[in-house]
Amino acid sequence: MADVAVTPRARAGGIRKLLERYPFLPALVIVAALLLLNGVFSPNSLSYRSLTGLLSTYMALIMLAIAQTYVVYAGDIDLSAGSILSLVNVAIVVLMERWGGGAGAVLLALALGLLLGLACGLVNGIVVAALRLQAIVATFATSIFFTGFALYILPVAGTPAPALFWRTYGGRLLGVPFVFYILAVLVVLLLVLSRTRLVTQLLAVGDDQQAAFQTGLPVVPVRIKGYLLCGLFSALAAFCITGDTASGDPLVGGKMTLYSVAAVVLGGSALSGGWGTVVGSLLGALTIGLINSVVFFMGTPSEWQNFVQGLAILVVLMAGVLAGRRARA
Amino acid sequence: MTRILTFVREPLIIALVLIAALLYLGEMLSPGFASGGQVLRLLIVASLLGIVAAGQNVVILGGREGIDLSVGGVVSLSAIIAGNVMNGADGGIVPAILACLAAGAFFGLLNGLGVTLLRIPPLVMTLGMLGVLQGLLVVIRMGIPSGRAAPGLSGFVTQPFFFGIPGIIWLWIAIGVLMAFMLHRTVFGHRIYAIGSNEHAAYMAGVPVRLMRIALFMISGMFAAIAGMCLLGYSGSSFANVGEQYTLSSIIAVVFGGTSLAGGKGGYTGTMAGAILLVILQSILTTVNIDESGRQMVFGATLLLLMMFYGRGRAMRA
Repeated sequence: MADVAVTPRARAGGIRKLLERYPFLPALVIVAALLLLNGVFSPNSLSYRSLTGLLSTYMALIMLAIAQTYVVYAGDIDLSAGSILSLVNVAIVVLMERWGGGAGAVLLALALGLLLGLACGLVNGIVVAALRLQAIVATFATSIFFTGFALYILPVAGTPAPALFWRTYGGRLLGVPFVFYILAVLVVLLLVLSRTRLVTQLLAVGDDQQAAFQTGLPVVPVRIKGYLLCGLFSALAAFCITGDTASGDPLVGGKMTLYSVAAVVLGGSALSGGWGTVVGSLLGALTIGLINSVVFFMGTPSEWQNFVQGLAILVVLMAGVLAGRRARA
Repeated sequence: MTRILTFVREPLIIALVLIAALLYLGEMLSPGFASGGQVLRLLIVASLLGIVAAGQNVVILGGREGIDLSVGGVVSLSAIIAGNVMNGADGGIVPAILACLAAGAFFGLLNGLGVTLLRIPPLVMTLGMLGVLQGLLVVIRMGIPSGRAAPGLSGFVTQPFFFGIPGIIWLWIAIGVLMAFMLHRTVFGHRIYAIGSNEHAAYMAGVPVRLMRIALFMISGMFAAIAGMCLLGYSGSSFANVGEQYTLSSIIAVVFGGTSLAGGKGGYTGTMAGAILLVILQSILTTVNIDESGRQMVFGATLLLLMMFYGRGRAMRA
């Protein structure tokens, strides 16, 4: 009898240990289940070509979710991530067009785009960490400012990106779709970042700001660095959306901010900070993309699609929170 | 001296001074800005925001990262429901009120259950609910026409009702008095502050914390529903996502009113001033002759500047 009683507990302990080590496991399971569902409703949707398409469409959201993750690590939030994306999107498109759309122009515009993203992140960091304004309302205010700036650069959507840029993004290199290279570079970048002291510091600040301060961590600079990372990845997200839509749109990222927050939660990270993984956020962003495609392939009537998507996202959000809590408990 | 300084730092005083300054600035920029009729029009717009902010206010006061991101969705939904139930006839006003309040209470209940029973953080729960509501709006919109406001409702919102002042402003004043009474003179109100400042202590003292929290989200949903109806009366017919802007601006109004996002501190009188402040600011920016991009940049920068006056976090100390 004793053995019988002990075994389930041991097994539960095993699952808990697994969750502790890989907190993104629930998100991975959800992604796998959604892929399976997609395959059931439309076997074609699991083809190499479809998956590549899915990845290139949702790469921007993946990047934005990762951007959001670094501020959430520190217990902050960035409601301006989507408008940074819009701003960088219109800035690089306009610059590329003005400079003729050659390879040199594209690279220079991208470099400036990264700087612009970093600058926006710096503004957010100063406003939230140094001036100590509340993150939710302060980054909402900066998002209005960034959107205004984006509208100043390009008042109406439509300026096309140079063909060189979007053909590369949507094309192949040595027979492999370009987005896979992006994904590979992203994974390496995330691995490198995860080994840096900064990520540990962000998590420490998010876990207990006061304690982090008392152990001698420079809390304000650490939080600013979190926002800088967020700005940087938002700029990368802007590159992806520019490659995907091949045009500039000053309002393209507006709706994406809240999805990026949702993706972070889906990935099992705690919005209160101190706990989370970027891989989870990556999977969370994929989850949102896969939900949208499942709902479509299920043959849901078009007017019901948004509702079913919203409901499904709400359900997996709850699952993400509950699973994340179990892992931490 | 210290007493005077504390008084001047009162968020309500800051907001009132800023309102006066902005009215003066508006009058300078475009004569007639601070005229009686114009101020009444501003107050009508502010009352719509203020009513949504009343619900947002109690949820935020209740603490534990309380926030309601679904109010914008409820405002839109309520405008559609009201438009269809009354469909231009005065006889439909009462059923419309009941239907809207029921819808607001229902979605508030769902939010509250998620937050208390499943312990989902309010930000996540209400964000998810916003997605559901937006989807629901699409479904309703495809199925039926958007409906029209009854003349009685439009008159209540836009025409002079009593002492030359539109009914919605009286309604807002009544809500202000009721909220002040509820927050400061009733057990329910004291319990809101109690769970907002120390949930555990409140629980130990016998406050039904979960029921309280569910009630707060239901109140928020119902205030958003009332605002949605009034918004329909204001614009005549509802259009896609009319309520979207109210989600974050209601939070800003609460913050400008001096309520801490951490909960347990603040009140509704300040929030009313905050709503007026926000609306005047937006209105000045529309009277000034600059294009949309400049307007947004100035608006964002001004919001940040104004936030500097309010409840900044404490500096880290060892």
